[in-house]
Order: sequence, then structure tokens, then C-alpha cells
Amino acid sequence: MSSPFLQMTQIGKSFGNIPVLRRVSFDLQKAEVHALMGGNGAGKSTLMKILTGVYTKDAGTISIGGQTVDITDTAASERAGIAMIFQEFSLVPTLTVAQNIWLGREPRLPGTPFINNAAMVRQSRLILQELGVDIDPEALVGSLPVGFMQIVEIAKALSKRARILVMDEPTSSLSEAETEALFELVRKLKASGISIVYISHRMAEILTICDRVTVMRDGETVMTEPCAGLSVARIVEAMLGAGHSTSFEWQDRGDRPTVPPILQVRNLRLPSRVQDVSFDIRPGEIVGLAGLMGSGRTEIAETIFGRRAAVSGEVIFDGQPLRGQADAIERGIALVPEDRRKMGLVLDHSVRDNVLLPNLARFTRHFFVRDGEALKTVNGTIRDLKIKTDGPDKLSRLLSGGNQQKIVLGKWLARDPRLLILDEPTIGVDIGAKSEIVATVRAMADRGMAVLVISSELEELMAISDRILVLHGGRITQDLNRRTVASEEELHHAIQGHGHRAVDAVPA
Amino acid sequence: MQSKATATGRLMPSLPDIQWQNYVVYIFFVVVLGFFAVMIGDKGFLSVTNLFNIARTTAMITVIAVAMTFIISAGELDLSVGSTTALAALVCALVMQAGYAWPLAVVAAIASGLAVGLLNGVFVTMIGIPSFLVTLGMMQFIRGLDMRVTYTNPISITNQTYNGLFGSGYVFGVPSLLIWSVVIALLGHVVLKYTGFGREILATGGNRQAAEYSGIKTRRVKFYAFLLSGAAAALAGMLYAGMMQTARFNFGEGAELMAIAAVILGGTSLFGGKGTILGTFAGSLLIGTINNGLIIMGLDVSEQMMISGAIIIVAVAFGKKPGA
Repeated sequence: MSSPFLQMTQIGKSFGNIPVLRRVSFDLQKAEVHALMGGNGAGKSTLMKILTGVYTKDAGTISIGGQTVDITDTAASERAGIAMIFQEFSLVPTLTVAQNIWLGREPRLPGTPFINNAAMVRQSRLILQELGVDIDPEALVGSLPVGFMQIVEIAKALSKRARILVMDEPTSSLSEAETEALFELVRKLKASGISIVYISHRMAEILTICDRVTVMRDGETVMTEPCAGLSVARIVEAMLGAGHSTSFEWQDRGDRPTVPPILQVRNLRLPSRVQDVSFDIRPGEIVGLAGLMGSGRTEIAETIFGRRAAVSGEVIFDGQPLRGQADAIERGIALVPEDRRKMGLVLDHSVRDNVLLPNLARFTRHFFVRDGEALKTVNGTIRDLKIKTDGPDKLSRLLSGGNQQKIVLGKWLARDPRLLILDEPTIGVDIGAKSEIVATVRAMADRGMAVLVISSELEELMAISDRILVLHGGRITQDLNRRTVASEEELHHAIQGHGHRAVDAVPA
Repeated sequence: MQSKATATGRLMPSLPDIQWQNYVVYIFFVVVLGFFAVMIGDKGFLSVTNLFNIARTTAMITVIAVAMTFIISAGELDLSVGSTTALAALVCALVMQAGYAWPLAVVAAIASGLAVGLLNGVFVTMIGIPSFLVTLGMMQFIRGLDMRVTYTNPISITNQTYNGLFGSGYVFGVPSLLIWSVVIALLGHVVLKYTGFGREILATGGNRQAAEYSGIKTRRVKFYAFLLSGAAAALAGMLYAGMMQTARFNFGEGAELMAIAAVILGGTSLFGGKGTILGTFAGSLLIGTINNGLIIMGLDVSEQMMISGAIIIVAVAFGKKPGA
């Protein structure tokens, strides 16, 4: 191998007297896509924050192109040709694509303080053309689909002549097609000599797009290997440490044909894409709902939960039609929404207050909240779900993604729901927390809770579901017993609307 | 960004983080009190009469600010409270002038405050207009109504039972205004901190969407907050009327801004989700103490305003969390 383009050697970093990085080394070849993996708290974001100048290192050296560079702040990192690609949050939605790309560095009309709009648009168009994407530089960023925003970010980085891009979970909010397009772009960037650090929790993705993988654990690099010939199991083992078992393997939980269904969705038609959807879920059953992004999965979940009204059709729970969200919650339906930071948590409130939120009525007597009683439940939740927090009063903002998701799950499990709906339950959650969440859900289902899981990660649906419903074109096109689905590819095909199979079971 | 906090927060579980920013209002209060004690202690600043005086003059702001803490914690704003104090004072005085018993006047005054709160609540929660605009318009409208109702003439209140209870009187040597503000602050503290409604207010302001998804009826919660604010403004108006033994159209001018300043000084987040009534009480007392001290120091009104304005900015700046 040639000498690396970027070389981070023996990087050390402590916060207070707690070491976060212990002599970590990481290198990046020219035109390489290098995956950086690790559980939350493994140190990968700290390492990248040192590279991008958010933090300064305590020890070690960084060299780029053979020259030692001193990255003291974000500006120095930018000068060294390093750019962090944020998903969408660092763009101003009310400005145009070109205005965003050149924000703060707008070209001027010669000899004047006025912005040279024509030049700005022209140069943006050039960069976008080079990237091979059809985005109008004069379109407002707010009007673009999410997938395009990331591309604008990349264009912005290239306009600053970045040679190293750091991409953090770049596909977490992208649809299948957008992900494909992004991969295409990554390959193109690579061909033009750009090096990419690719942070993701998604194994399949990494094995598809990356050249090498580095896994970090507890502030150290535990593995750096070429992707070719590497197995998912090997990566998981490196992330969790040897001898760690994972629940992320499918378990046959058997059929329950005799139990009457607890949830019956009948001919549901929604204002969105959903045309005519019917299905049943029985107590103790874990049902996966697969479909493309935008196929109406979330809308179906929110309709069952009573947050949306159907155009026609009905949702029957335990023999009675549902009447709105209060009724749904009252009768034991829980929804873990897709965006935990926006819809799941009050981030500036403590773990305790968040867990209590849907349980307030239960702990309130004569207007007053029984805090002592409530605390027992909260501590139980923290213990049962293995939420890593200093205590119940820690702000949920300060917890990692996996632990935040456990709070959202925990606040509903504290109600002992009869139907739990999980919408993208493990986005941005590391593999350790992921297996714990899956194990918890499985244990609750074993005790009779019905579960509906929505996920864009087929791997996850394959791991957890007893049955998988495929939503396509506004209808449930297939109802698959998990036992009969041989591979992710098969499921993938079904979601795309190919290869119709005979529907296994039509709800009566 | 909160990135630094996230990293350190996760990795340093054992270090107790004392956030002195949360106590800025108390620190400032002690400092200001100490400053005045040294400077003008000999001019009667520390006398019981003067301290009671501070309590009396801040009572109205305190009462309004307690309700404002609920409004701001729920992520809203109520600018109409100042005009509402005058409305309630006038209603109260007019009902008594018409010969009805004072309890009836009190009920009518509270009802007028509730009516304003109800209108605000309807416009904000049912029609969906931002509270800043609704209550800005309402502030103007009600002030106009205040002027119209008596053609700007003051109405004096001669009922001494009323005046004693609401403003001028003493109970065991303690001014009734002080008792009112302490009772209201304690009540507010208990409701915000220990009741389901209080939690719902904070959750609504902290993240309305997450609260909704958790089954909190956030529009109802905000509606109640506006009712509360209207009622509190009415009480403040009655206290003011009781103290002055009269009601005037210009009562409570600028009170809404003083109340907001007290709330923010006390450590409540202007963005909602985090509120403290005890902080608000201290914030209100701080403003009152500054004004009182500057008067005793013999400063001109213009100078008083400049200094108290500057102190508010400095105190809020000190209370700001680094990087937040």
C-alpha cells in the first residue's frame, strides 16, 4: 500500500481525567472510502471532531500528504482540505442552493462589495454538473428532497476544495433510491481522488461501498481490515468484543393461529398514498411492515395510534373501533415514533420526566404527582432496559442515541401496552443497544404484547419479525411468514414491487 | 453546538456539575442588596418599613410574573397582562361604585381577566395565531377599552374592607400585598413543580410534538395557561387598585415587560420547557429592590431606568449557559 494521504498517529484525548481516546491511529489512502465503526461512546465521533477541529487533541500527530498539520480549530481543518458532511441541518432552507454553497464566501463583483450572483450560480452549476446531479442552483434548499440536501453539502465541501470528506450516517434519512444515488456519487468522488471517512451503523452498506473498515471500541482501534472478504459477524464481534452474543439473529417464535387478533385494520384509505390496507396482528406476534420510504408506513402507524384520520376504513382494537389518540393510549396502544429527537423526547428534560410523560395520569392523585412512587417505575425502566445514565435526573439530551431510544421505548413499556408500534426503532442506534432493544421487544412479545415494526433496514425486519407485510402502491401486496423468506434480497425485491408471490394469508 | 456537553456529560458521570448559572438571580439579589445596604443603609434602605415597601411595590409584578412563568414555560408569551390589570381594576371599582358588595366586584374583576385569557387562548390554540401577535393586539385593544370605559377618568374605591384586603392593609404587621405575593408564588411553585398540570406545561414548552405523541393535549394545556394568566392579571389589577384606593386606565403600563424580565431573570427559559417560580419571585424582588434603592440614592427617573435596564441585561448575560 502506498503511503497514506491522511495519517492520524497515536491520537490521545481526555475529558477531565477520563481518557476517551488512547493512542488511536487511523489512516486514509488517497481515493479511499474508509468506514469507521463502533458503538456509541467508542470514540469515533471524538476522533472525527479532532480531525475537523471541533476538539483539539492532547497527544499524537496528524499529517496530510506527508506533511504534519496542526489542526487547532475548524478553520484550520478546512484549510487542510477536510470537510464534514452534515445531513441537512447546516443548510439554510430559505436560501437557494448556490447561496448555501457560497454562504459567507460569496464571490464579489470586482472592486465592489456587491455579491456576484451570476458567478455564484455559474460556479455552483459547474460543481453540481461535475457531481452529475440535476439540481437547479437557484432552487430554494427548503424545496429539495432530503436526499438532495446532502448533495448540496458535498458540493459546498468541494467548492472549498476539500480533499477529505467525513460522512456521518449519510443514509439514515434516505430512501432506497436516494441511497443508491448517494453510493453512485461516492464512487464518482472516489474516482476523482477524494478520500472519504464513512461513519455508519449499517453493515450491509459498509460492505457495499467501503474499501476498508476500522472498528473502535472503548477509545481504541480494535480492527482495521479491507472490506473484501470481511463478514458482518467479524465486524460485530470486533465492535462488541469477543464472546458477546447478539440478539440480532432471527428466532423462530412459532405461530399463534388460534388466538383472535387484537388489531384488525380494515380497508384503510388515507389522504396520502395508502389506498386499501388490511391486516391483523395477534397478541404475542411481532409483525414487520416493509415498504419504500414514502410508501405510507408511518402514516399507517400514526392512524392506528389515532394521530391521523382515515379517509375510509377502520381500525379495530380488541373488538372495538378506535376513536382517536386518547382512546388508543387509554386502551393500551403505544407508538415509538420515527424521530426520537423531534417526537419522542423532550431533550432538555430528565430521563425521569421523559419516562413519566405518558404515565402522568397513573401517578397523579388529586392533582399531585406522586414522585416517590413514580421514581420506582423510572428506576425500574432504567434497570430493565439497561439505560446508561448517571441517574434518573440526567438530561436526556446528554445520552447517546441508543440510550435515548431506550427512554422512548421505556416510557411506553411502563404502561404495559397491549400493542406496541415501533417506527424505525434503531436509526442511529449502535449494534449493542440495538440487540438489547430487540431482546426487550421479544421478551415483551413473549408475554403477549402485539408488536408492529416499521423499518427501512431489511436486516432488522428479518431479525425481529414473525411475519412481514409488504406495502407497495398503497396496498399490502404480500403477507410473508418470516420462515418462508430466505434472504434480504427476496424481501428487497418484494418491496420494489417485483416478484409477486401468492399471498400467504388474507385476513378474513 | 451541544457536542462538547454531550461528550463530557457521558464520560464524566462522577463529577457533579454545579451550574451556578441557575442561581444567578439569587446571587445578583444578594449582591444588589449588599450594595445598597452599604451605600444607603444609613438612609433607611434596610428599615423594615422600606423592605415592606419593596415587597408592596413588587406584589403586582410578582403575581403577573408567576402566571407568566407558566405561559413562557409552555412556549408562549402574554403581552396583554398589563392592560388587563387596568381593566380588572376598573371593573372592580365600577361594580362597587354601582353599589354592589365587594365580593361581587372581585368576582366580576376576575371574570374580566378570565375573559381576556379566554380570547387569547382561543386565538392561539384554536385559530393558531402566534401568541406574541395575539396578545400584542389584545394589549392594545384592552388598553383602548380601559380608556373608553371611563373616558380615562379615575374611579375611586371607598370600600375600606376591600382596600384593606387587597392592598393597603396589614395582617399582624405584615402588608397584605406581601402576603398575597408570597401566597401566589408558593401556589404557583407547587402547581408548576408538583402537579400533573405543571409537568404538562413544561413538556408542552420543552417539545410540543413529543408531548403530543405522549398523549398530552398541548392545546388544552396552553389554553389553561392563558386563562391562568388572565386571572392573575386581574388579581394584580385588584391589588393595585386596593393599594391606590382607586382605579385608573393606565394601571400596569409596561407591567408585562417587567414581568417577562422577572421570569427570565429568574432562570426560566424564554424558549419554554424550563421554568422556576421561586426564580421568578426572586427576579421580581430583584427588580423591585433595584428600583427602590436607586430612588433612595436620589437618582433621577431617567437614571433609574437606564441603570435598571442595564442590570437586567447583565444579569441575563451572566445566567446564559456557555455555548447555549
